[in-house]
Amino acid sequence: MNVAGPNSVSSGEAGWLLVRRDLRLALRRPGEWLQPLMFFFVVTTLFPLSTDPQLSRLRDIAPGALWVAALLSCLLALELLFREDGQDGTLEQLAVSGLSLSWLLLAKCCVHWLLTGLPLVLAAPLVATALGAPYAAIPGILAALLLGSIALSLIGAVGAGLTLGLRRGGALLALLVLPLAVPVLIFGARATALAIALEPTSAPMYMLGAIVVLSATLAPLGAAAAVRISLE
Amino acid sequence: MSWAWLHRYASPPLFFRIAGRVIPWVSWLAAITGAAGLIGGLGLAPPDYQQGEGYRIIFVHVPAAVLSTMAYGVMAGAAGMGLIWRMNVAHAVAASCASVGAWFTVLALTTGSLWGRPMWGTYWEWDPRLTSELVLLFLYLGYMGLRSAIDDTARADRASAVLVLVGVINLPIIHYSVDWWNSLHQGHTLLKFGKASMPPSMLVPLLLMMLAFLLYFAAIMLTRARGEVLRRERNARWISEAIGALAT
Repeated sequence: MNVAGPNSVSSGEAGWLLVRRDLRLALRRPGEWLQPLMFFFVVTTLFPLSTDPQLSRLRDIAPGALWVAALLSCLLALELLFREDGQDGTLEQLAVSGLSLSWLLLAKCCVHWLLTGLPLVLAAPLVATALGAPYAAIPGILAALLLGSIALSLIGAVGAGLTLGLRRGGALLALLVLPLAVPVLIFGARATALAIALEPTSAPMYMLGAIVVLSATLAPLGAAAAVRISLE
Repeated sequence: MSWAWLHRYASPPLFFRIAGRVIPWVSWLAAITGAAGLIGGLGLAPPDYQQGEGYRIIFVHVPAAVLSTMAYGVMAGAAGMGLIWRMNVAHAVAASCASVGAWFTVLALTTGSLWGRPMWGTYWEWDPRLTSELVLLFLYLGYMGLRSAIDDTARADRASAVLVLVGVINLPIIHYSVDWWNSLHQGHTLLKFGKASMPPSMLVPLLLMMLAFLLYFAAIMLTRARGEVLRRERNARWISEAIGALAT
């Protein structure tokens, strides 16, 4: 357990320090966390190429294309969440530090979302417009993706913790996380579709909000348990 | 309340012995109720006034669907017990539920789609129940995939237990979100087994089949759990004693 000494920090301080450390590390290697964003652009480009490129037709598949691309790129980004810290032993130090591991992992999730989820949200207006969404739909699409990407980062953290250090980690992570992401996909795509049709989006938005609150409460606990098991 | 009795029954030698005695009874009861249910369902029950003879697939379909969810529940309960009380036997039971549950899910999906062809005119319909059953199959596959990816049994047990508990929290959310998703597209009036009142000549065979499936699940699961306990305890002395007792 943590022995109180001159250098001891509280979990809150440690979380903040961890946020700053992870952000600094990531900003020195922008290529790594920009890849999921590039992937998002590439996947959304595939939809017009593989279907009808008329904007009026694309508008029908825009919610699905946007959300499938966002889901896959979040999945791709999840491998970055714990991989490096798992390899160099940082996670082990966090686990034995005596501080609340779930709190520290929540801090890591926040950074991860800032670096991989938020860029998707910011890129969404561009992609949505290219897929034929009207400008008036942009706020709704932004809000849906904002909530959805937070939930995906949190849910994915449990899967990333479980597959930490496994040989066939990537494909397995997809198999574990994608079924759990079904509700986020349903409500997110529904909110986007309603926004594009210029209808009120509050019903699926409330559900997305509820999923975010639930996953922010439970996912850090699950992720901490998963990481502890994987480190044994 | 003391949990000592639970730990006593969770001791591998006792579980191995009791399961070994229970399995023949459960298997025979499953065979008897299954035979009675099949005779009643396929032979004695009258054809449905709307669906004709085709409805008889429910005598396999409904029990399989019920058991596919129930097996996940049993798996989650056993995994939770294993995680909380660190019981090796509970983990063995959880691990044994997965493939049986997955096969029930496949059976429910297959019989459902075979029934859908003459009744709905299509093998597959994105109906909420079908879709949540499919997601359930993916959850089973993820569980088995995670177990097979981890070599160390103790780690596989605890990691898969966390996964199945996450899954059990998500299952109702998935179920209701899928319901909500499709209710916006179209409503089904046909698929209302639960609400339609059945005459006893159909209901009794259906209940018998459900009991048969439940007993069959128990028999297979216990047999697999027994094998799992044997594998885990292969170096323990009680195994050689148990086998020695069999040999003499």
